[in-house]
Amino acid sequence: MSDPRVAGVGLTHFGKHPERTGRAMFAEAGLAALDDAGIDPDDVEALFYGNFMGELAEHQGHQAPLMAEAVGLDVPATRYESACASSGAAIRDAVFRLRNGEADVVLVGGSERMTNIGTAAATDALSIAADDLYEVRAGMTFPGAYALMARAYFEAYGGSKEDLAEIAVKNHEHALPNEYAQMQQAITVEDALDAPIIADPLGLYDSCPITDGATAAVLVSEDYAADHDLDTSVAITGTGQGGDKMALHDRQYFARTPATKDAADEAYDDAGIGPDAVDFLEVHDCFTIAEVLALEGLGLYEPGEAIGAAGRGETTHEGALPVNLSGGLKAKGHPVGATGVAQLISLTKLLEGRHPRAEAVEGASTALAHNAGGTVASATVHVLQEVVE
Amino acid sequence: MSDEPRDDGFDDLLDAIADGEGFYVECANGHGSLPPRLSCPQCGSQELSEEPLPDSGEVATYTIVTVPTPQFDEDAPYVTAVVDFGPVSITGQVQGVDPEDVETGQVVGIDVGESVTRDERLIVFEPR
Ligand SMILES: [Zn+2]
Repeated sequence: MSDPRVAGVGLTHFGKHPERTGRAMFAEAGLAALDDAGIDPDDVEALFYGNFMGELAEHQGHQAPLMAEAVGLDVPATRYESACASSGAAIRDAVFRLRNGEADVVLVGGSERMTNIGTAAATDALSIAADDLYEVRAGMTFPGAYALMARAYFEAYGGSKEDLAEIAVKNHEHALPNEYAQMQQAITVEDALDAPIIADPLGLYDSCPITDGATAAVLVSEDYAADHDLDTSVAITGTGQGGDKMALHDRQYFARTPATKDAADEAYDDAGIGPDAVDFLEVHDCFTIAEVLALEGLGLYEPGEAIGAAGRGETTHEGALPVNLSGGLKAKGHPVGATGVAQLISLTKLLEGRHPRAEAVEGASTALAHNAGGTVASATVHVLQEVVE
Repeated sequence: MSDEPRDDGFDDLLDAIADGEGFYVECANGHGSLPPRLSCPQCGSQELSEEPLPDSGEVATYTIVTVPTPQFDEDAPYVTAVVDFGPVSITGQVQGVDPEDVETGQVVGIDVGESVTRDERLIVFEPR
């Protein structure tokens, strides 16, 4: 089986850009990806597009054809919606399309406009990733859901707000040289602990910001890359997806994420590697506790062990297993439907040595992307590896 | 509220809880779930029956929400909790107690209340 190549990547600045339309942002990201790939745009055969809250933020459904058009492409286009894992799900289907030989060149990406509706409406829009009848109507918010998981984690395994603050500090530090990041500012543990509480035990600095932005990547078949002599060195060698019950209260665990484990097991098996082969990764840290749950679900730490990883320096840019060198959702920002492809972009640039944090992973060859939807009722995992031709 | 169509299953459960006759859905293999169900989310069994909800449950995890959605603007701060009733767990708001005094393991009963902001029905828990 051949492994699709990442031929080119592009993204907009992540941040507060309330005036920018989803279509304008995606046009910028898509055209940048095509330019980066250096391929003939006429060769693109399909668009796999992620978006979560377009109906609520822009009164715009049926976004995929609009986005293909925005990039100047006359191709079939489909929107993927798996909450925050929307473009992770889009990548997975794009990989299948290329692997099975039905296409040689596809565009995958996502776009999300969020800040134009304000914090209250965005909080409402994000909440609908939970069960409307049994969670949202009881006042569950997105931070509230992760707060329930954080408390359950603390009670099961120990850990403290200080441990979570260390994760925020790390991801803010990682984002410092990232010109695309929403938060290019260092914070301290004290800053995080002093910040207002959103949903106890989670405070403002435990939460990712509300972000506008778009991302895109050109994926091509191995044959197309060879035939066109493309300068691509990054292959997607593994893909996996997991699911869980929608409502937290219907889960067996509140402090573990089996959907992540299932996605990871499948992706590792697909790539023919184990967790120990992973050199660095981008995980879905919509909240600080989510990074902990992800690292444990991915099999990189035993349950109860990842809470102290950032504080111990293991997951920093100087550590043995750098996590979220882009700044993660926490500092880079989280334009929901664009996030899965944003992770792919960061990992590709890091593997290719053209990311401002590339020094941290010199000589590394295997990276992993973990994208999660809602309270991880959806999860996708992709393995990216540098290929030596 | 009266002009809105009812939500099949959900509104039936809230009516029943308000009447002190809460129930859950049980499958042939003993798995509990909340309505509406045509099949068991655990095992797919289509042999379902309604069983009485235990009178009280224990707080499994909770949070004090200070930044709410607009629907709960005037309700905040409030306590959202998952309460374990044995065969099923249910999400709702813990009321009738200072938020700071809520703890995991606390025994609570279930009722139906109304939100302050929009007078909308919601599941509430009160310490026993
Ligand atoms: Zn069952």
